[in-house]
Amino acid sequence: MIGPRLRAIIIKEIWAILRDPRSRIILVAPPLLQLFLFGFASTMEVNNIRVGVLDLDHGRWSREIVQRIDGSPNVREIVSLRSDAELARAINDQKIIVAIRFDPHFSADIASGKGATMGAIFDGRRSNAAQIISGYIRSITNEVGASLLPKGLPQGGRAVVTHWFNPNLINLWFVMPALISILAAISTLSVVSQSVARERELGTFDQLKVSPLRTYEILIGKMIPPVMIGFVNVTLFVILVPTVFGVPLQGALLPFYMALIFYLVAISGIGMLISTVSATQQQAFLGMFAVSVPMITLSGYASPVDNMPGWLQLINLANPSAWFLNISEGIFLKGMPLAQVFSNTWPIMLIAAISCILAAALFRSRME
Amino acid sequence: MIQPVTSASSFRRFRAMLFKETRQILRDPSTFLIAFLLPVMLLFLMGYGVNLDSARTRIGLSLQESSAEARSLASAYQNSPYFNVTATGSIAELEPHLVGSKIHGIIVIPQDFGREVARGGGTIQIITDGSLPNMANFIAAYGEGVRATWAQARNKDRGLHITPPIDISTRFWFNPELASRNFLVPGSIAIVMAMIGSLLTALVVAREWERGTMEALMATPIGMGEFLLTKITPYFMLGLISMTLCALLAIFVFGVPLRGSAFALLAISAIYLVPALGQGLLISATVKNQFVASQIALLTAFLPTMLLSGFIFEISSMPTILQAITYVVPARYLIPQLQTVFIAGDNWRLFLPDMAILLLFGTAFMLLCVRATQRRIA
Repeated sequence: MIGPRLRAIIIKEIWAILRDPRSRIILVAPPLLQLFLFGFASTMEVNNIRVGVLDLDHGRWSREIVQRIDGSPNVREIVSLRSDAELARAINDQKIIVAIRFDPHFSADIASGKGATMGAIFDGRRSNAAQIISGYIRSITNEVGASLLPKGLPQGGRAVVTHWFNPNLINLWFVMPALISILAAISTLSVVSQSVARERELGTFDQLKVSPLRTYEILIGKMIPPVMIGFVNVTLFVILVPTVFGVPLQGALLPFYMALIFYLVAISGIGMLISTVSATQQQAFLGMFAVSVPMITLSGYASPVDNMPGWLQLINLANPSAWFLNISEGIFLKGMPLAQVFSNTWPIMLIAAISCILAAALFRSRME
Repeated sequence: MIQPVTSASSFRRFRAMLFKETRQILRDPSTFLIAFLLPVMLLFLMGYGVNLDSARTRIGLSLQESSAEARSLASAYQNSPYFNVTATGSIAELEPHLVGSKIHGIIVIPQDFGREVARGGGTIQIITDGSLPNMANFIAAYGEGVRATWAQARNKDRGLHITPPIDISTRFWFNPELASRNFLVPGSIAIVMAMIGSLLTALVVAREWERGTMEALMATPIGMGEFLLTKITPYFMLGLISMTLCALLAIFVFGVPLRGSAFALLAISAIYLVPALGQGLLISATVKNQFVASQIALLTAFLPTMLLSGFIFEISSMPTILQAITYVVPARYLIPQLQTVFIAGDNWRLFLPDMAILLLFGTAFMLLCVRATQRRIA
């Protein structure tokens, strides 16, 4: 199936990548480092919160609430405040992210049964963390409030919440499968995009031109080694993610790997496009950067694709990382069945075909 | 080591060098790409692509009885501004939609719901897609909110009124509409400046080392300090120009307020560029190879600015080791300043200590840089 010429160029390309010890390390170490770094940095909980308290009430219920907030595992410290001016200053200087304020009548209002209002002032500069903390505080006051209601009164119903696929909503379970999609793309893209550009900068591209190799053989020869590198990296992740990070692997690996091959080919095709249009390594690096940053940002890792405006979702249909992220999350967490894996794979196949054909056409025009 | 510029001739030399460096940078197409195209792209990505505020979330509805109460609650979900009910059916029918991410949650209104409501209860079930933890939390909270509002309105109609004993009046200062764009867009200016300061500088200067033009320059009678200064100054200006472009986009395209002064913004950015440029120069002087320099700049400047600066993820929630690492990430001291100057206003009590730390980093990088360069020549 593989002719001697094709075999020769594949071996040559593998050597070209593995020869330099520094670039050898760069192929595996950064993706691994990033897996750990991203994995542990991307927490969505908010811990070690410093809560300011301005208690003008000094009553039973204000003390009760402050005590419960202090007891929350997410809170590190309660900072006592003496005046509204001090409260404003503490928030302005980011000494605290939230301040709780009790009016002088707070406990009296509760005792009289007419209901009391507690103030919660957040630092909106960190609006995301502030919203999460506001959820924590609301659940604490709800608890205290529920204990105050007279017994026997109709409770008025409730909602029972079940989180499927990730019952405790551990963020790492979401992050890790997403990282597989992202890091596979980065490690493959950074190698492919350098391949032709390096030969051109070093002047060896002309030697390729006069060799008996056909265009498709050069292209395949240059794309197979990076695909192999991506494959090795992903396999490493597939082993580490369940064992070290404790993320369950619910689905079958065979459809995952089949989709992975097409994904890596699609990425190599895109990388080859970048490499053929670049005259120098530096341009290739910048091109890689300019393509991979939006690819990652829009993959659904940073925020759900559903939250993006419609026109951006449309553009995102051409983003292979978004499709593969669905597959990776689906296979790891949801035990995604084959039919659904396929409905996320065929767009990747299409992207792979288009990018490879385009790269081949462009490459041929550069050869002449 | 660092020779002061004393005589008129050395000033002329300095000016000539600066002129040469500036021309060289302006001629390079990468400069245009990194300083203008990439920042604009990044800002648009952060402004439109990353949206931490949930829009209308697609959910499924499983209505298991047809009592008036159940239908009334179902229509409350259908009319909710937070949800978009795109599928109905039994839980088994809706499950594939949840697996395929066509919907992200299921509201189940069970049998006997109407009778339970009549008795003063009425439990519903909310199933979420836990593979998206943030969205799952949102659906749980707002799904219960829709139910509670519906129940309250119903009780009110019947003359039943239960006041909750404790109410919270929540206020979000500086950003009452809680637009995540208001902190993402100023934050991405930090990334842009890290990109120009560290990535571009590392890349371009490493190429000069690679080609040997650096040694040629150093053979001229120019002093080391002077020499580094002429290398840095054009990038410094470029960083400020690009920052201004980003700030104008942030204000006029994305509607992010600039409540602080333009002077403070300029001062904050200028001071941050000192350690950023120092880092870029240091990387190129130590490895003097383009590919390795670009990888190291990505790993030590770009990624930490993105991940470990408090831009997206809360530093206080990270594991202790990572928290310790964040102290040597210069952007950590920039992000609070940028967020403050944009959406809170000038607060020099907060700016000055951070500025001092950034200058300290800058000095350290520059000194290391001078040492690394001298050793290389010897």
